[in-house]
Amino acid sequence: MNEKIIALQNEINDKLSSVNDLTELDAVRVAYLGKKGSITALLKGMKDLSVEEKKTFGAEVNALKEEATSLIETKLNELKEKEILAEINSMPLIDVTAPANDERGSYHPITLVQRQCEAIFKSMGFTVEDYPEVVTDYECFEALNIPKHHPARDMQDTYYLSNGQLLKTHTSAAQNAILKKYGKNLMENGVPIKAIFPGRCFRNEATDACHENTFFQMEGIMVDKAINISNLIYFMKSMLSEVFQKDIKVRLRPGFFPFVEPGFELDISCLICGGEGCPSCKHSGWLELCPCGMIHPNVLKDGGIDPEQYIGFAFGLGLTRLAMMKYGVKDIRNLNSGSLKALSQFTDDE
Amino acid sequence: MFLSMNWIQDFVDLQGLDKLELIHKLSLSTAEVENEIFFKGSDISGVVVAEIKSVENHPESKKLHLLKVDAGDGKLTDVVCGAPNVRVGMKTAFAKVGAKLGEIEIAPRPLAGFESFGMCCSEAEIGISDDHSGIMDITEDVAVGTDIKDVYAIDDIIFEIDNKSLTNRPDLWSHYGFAREFAALANRELKPLELEDLTAYDNLKKIDMKIEDNLCQRYSCMQVENITRNVSPVNMRIRLFYCGMRGINFLADLTNYLMLEVGQPMHAFDSRKVEKIRVKRFAEPFKFQTLDGVERNIDENTLMICNSDTPVAIAGIMGGLDSEIVDDTTTLTLESATFDAVSIRKSTVRLAHRTDSSIRYEKCLDPEMTTLAIARFINLLKKFDGGATVVSALTDEYAYKYDTVKLSFDKAYVDRYTGIEISNDAIVKTLTDLGFEVTLENDNFTVVVPSWRATKDVTIKADIIEEITRIYGYDNFAVSTTLAPLYPVRAEVMKTNENRLKDLLVKKYNLHELHSYIWAYTDELKALGIEVEDNVKLLNATNPNIETIRTSIIPTQLCQIKVNTGYSADFGIFEIGKVIKGLKDNGLCNEQKKLCITLFSKTKDIKTLYLELRDMLSVAVSDIKHNALSFKATEADKAYIHPVNLNKVYIGETEIGVMGMPHPSVLKKIDKKANVVFAEIDMNAFTDADVKAIVYDEPSKFPAMTYDISVEVPTGMLFENLKNCWINEGTELLKSAKIVDTYDTDEVHSITIRFEFSSNERTLSSAEIQEIMDKVIANLNAIGVNLR
Repeated sequence: MNEKIIALQNEINDKLSSVNDLTELDAVRVAYLGKKGSITALLKGMKDLSVEEKKTFGAEVNALKEEATSLIETKLNELKEKEILAEINSMPLIDVTAPANDERGSYHPITLVQRQCEAIFKSMGFTVEDYPEVVTDYECFEALNIPKHHPARDMQDTYYLSNGQLLKTHTSAAQNAILKKYGKNLMENGVPIKAIFPGRCFRNEATDACHENTFFQMEGIMVDKAINISNLIYFMKSMLSEVFQKDIKVRLRPGFFPFVEPGFELDISCLICGGEGCPSCKHSGWLELCPCGMIHPNVLKDGGIDPEQYIGFAFGLGLTRLAMMKYGVKDIRNLNSGSLKALSQFTDDE
Repeated sequence: MFLSMNWIQDFVDLQGLDKLELIHKLSLSTAEVENEIFFKGSDISGVVVAEIKSVENHPESKKLHLLKVDAGDGKLTDVVCGAPNVRVGMKTAFAKVGAKLGEIEIAPRPLAGFESFGMCCSEAEIGISDDHSGIMDITEDVAVGTDIKDVYAIDDIIFEIDNKSLTNRPDLWSHYGFAREFAALANRELKPLELEDLTAYDNLKKIDMKIEDNLCQRYSCMQVENITRNVSPVNMRIRLFYCGMRGINFLADLTNYLMLEVGQPMHAFDSRKVEKIRVKRFAEPFKFQTLDGVERNIDENTLMICNSDTPVAIAGIMGGLDSEIVDDTTTLTLESATFDAVSIRKSTVRLAHRTDSSIRYEKCLDPEMTTLAIARFINLLKKFDGGATVVSALTDEYAYKYDTVKLSFDKAYVDRYTGIEISNDAIVKTLTDLGFEVTLENDNFTVVVPSWRATKDVTIKADIIEEITRIYGYDNFAVSTTLAPLYPVRAEVMKTNENRLKDLLVKKYNLHELHSYIWAYTDELKALGIEVEDNVKLLNATNPNIETIRTSIIPTQLCQIKVNTGYSADFGIFEIGKVIKGLKDNGLCNEQKKLCITLFSKTKDIKTLYLELRDMLSVAVSDIKHNALSFKATEADKAYIHPVNLNKVYIGETEIGVMGMPHPSVLKKIDKKANVVFAEIDMNAFTDADVKAIVYDEPSKFPAMTYDISVEVPTGMLFENLKNCWINEGTELLKSAKIVDTYDTDEVHSITIRFEFSSNERTLSSAEIQEIMDKVIANLNAIGVNLR
């Protein structure tokens, strides 16, 4: 073999062994295989050789070229691998246990339970109504079979306004308007009235951990030709089981509210003990939750609906109470306090 | 109201039945029973009647005595006793060794040097009264050694009814009323009351009595003499005590007993003080001293019982001090009357004085009860004081008689309410048990409502449904859904918008939803230097701080921000709530629903914060309305608002609200180092504003071209002015113009605007873009905006 070739081969091997990065490797490639590289020069210098010499020398140079190319290729792969490895090794370990930036907004808890209740009733074909907070004496009392001087008005410590109106003491104040809004469709087209009305109510009373002068209720009414007490129990049980995501037992007891007849107090099995009896239900196993009943014939009449033909139920659910029970809010005053310490804890919950 | 099971069993035999189960049933069918039930006497045992055979003074103690008592066990027992009323021959209650008195178990023990084998007991010690002035003095003729519980009705079950559940049931303010309920629930017979036959006295003189006011419905009275008994029978006192009343004297106790037994309040006057009973009101107000010694202001609306023209009692509420029974009273006049319920209730409120009597009158008592109560009173009086003599005829004026209530309904009516099958027999039985007269023909019922339910409680046939269903038991009802037809439900747009806004603000902008009150908090606002705007007021606010209804939520939220400045360096709050903007032309409140947003930041400059709020509103309008916002600077009309940067906010032509920032004087009081911005949006205007349809723009297949220019904007010029420079060129090729860079020094405000052009048909040439841009730049120059 030509000595030049052997020397060149050794030289390439030496150079490659000392190559550390891609730039150096490229310099080696250019130095030997580039247009002006040593191996290229050898090939170019062959034009002066004899045919015989060309044949043997050419073969040897080509072999050298191939080997050099392959060595460089190998080195290239080696270096690339090394580089990836270095990249991997240089990746810092990230501490995922460090406190996260979980800044987010919050809903008022009343909004959350209100949406849950609305969703359930909407799924059963109820409309969700919206009515004012300031109402007339007629809407709040007269139209609900509570005439002036009726003792039931004693139960409601009403905020009266300077213009003669009042802040509604219960969502039932919307009953008359709802009956009038949908009564025609009921009587002419047979479309049952199915409506809920979540709203804010006001009572003129001193506040403490269990009492607020401003709170939320949700009224529900259903009127059709054939609505009965068994239906009322069904709707209340279904709704409450959905809200609390478990099978809730309900029971009715007689309760006196002038706008229903018969009127009931609805109790649910205690959420804490399930009915066994515990301190939170005063060992009775039951929690008083919501007044309800069959709409009083006078209320239907005032709403323009013939009580001989139509019948319905109504209930008034304490949304504030429900939110407190669901989320374990012990002091009712936190709800209207505007305190973010308390209220920023409530995230979407549907 | 407390009820005694023993007392109820005077009128209905409940033997063999589980009393607790019955009480539970009562709670589910009649009225709410409080959870705690008292088993009176259950913690008392081993107490017997014993006779004191000898009494010796303790050698060292002045108070203690050394007794020997005979407890019927054939020996004398040594007892050391501290009671002042011990005497030889006295029979008393004696707790033997091993007896239990509540927590205490009696054991032999040394007392002041002497061994004592048991304890002589006061009434308080065995729990039958609060009298512990001395040991019991048993006057009944009973053998020593007899268990005290065999002498007196100490064992009893006492339960409490929630008065609120009885507002509509005048008949249930008595044991007899509840006995009727128990009889119906337990399917047992209700016994009649033992009554004196008052007609036997018809020959005696009548009392001079006259109703002179239509607020008195009925007045019945009778005179009695020669009452010698002063202390009530023990069993009567036990019942009164268990039911929460203190024993006073025999007469007072007997009127109380009657009230608890039949529900009729009664009053006893000294006959010398009421020779001419007149029931009336006075034209002029005056002061009157009631028997509790309190002087009360009586006005022209308060019904009084009078002796001729001298008032002697406030009708239905309380007797007067002057006409009270006193030690030398020989003849008493017994009053049993009914008055107009509303009048009594209003008088009670005016006088701020509610009594056991007025509580009952407020419920519309049955006037039929007055004479029955007197007949029962005389019956008991003669039983307990044999010498008592009736000295007048029953004197009775029945001025207002309720109509008999007769109701008809059929079986189908009942079925329609219940949704289950309750048989005709069950209906008849239930109503009959409750005192209704029922006739049934085929499936048609006719009922006559008993007088004690007919004053206001049962007036229509729906009321009958309650009677049938509650006794049937609601636990026995089916739980079944309706068969009503289904129709689609359309959502209220405003409600939907509210929910979408809440979601956007909470989820995209991390805001916190708060609630607040509808009134302005005067004190909190004052602390921030904000004056409460005059508006509709609460007439009867107990707290002057909450008297005025708010006209805007912004001041409320500034107060809330103040409360939360320590919560975080940056936060935002919002509420969708009500305000009242004065009165409408018809005199009714102009109630409006507002969305109010307030942002607080200690890290962002005011411009960043203000534009952040602007972006929120902008995104909300783009998201919900597919529309764009516009703004118009406006003058601040409230002192708490910063005069600069108050903008009216519009969707198209519709003004939907304002955005601005608090006045520096207010801001300093909130936080010296923070910025605050707010917006208040009217939900009605927002809902009514145009919703644009979503317009889909097919993405162009040809490349877009951009063209940047940097311009200096003169002070006071708005981006909107610049916008006209390219909008007015009206080319469809211009797709957007955005600020991509700003450069501000004290002197110069400069911005880089990037214009993007594209066409759906072709690739645009630089030349045609340049042509458009030349025009735009010329327009800009024309308004004084030059390239940098």
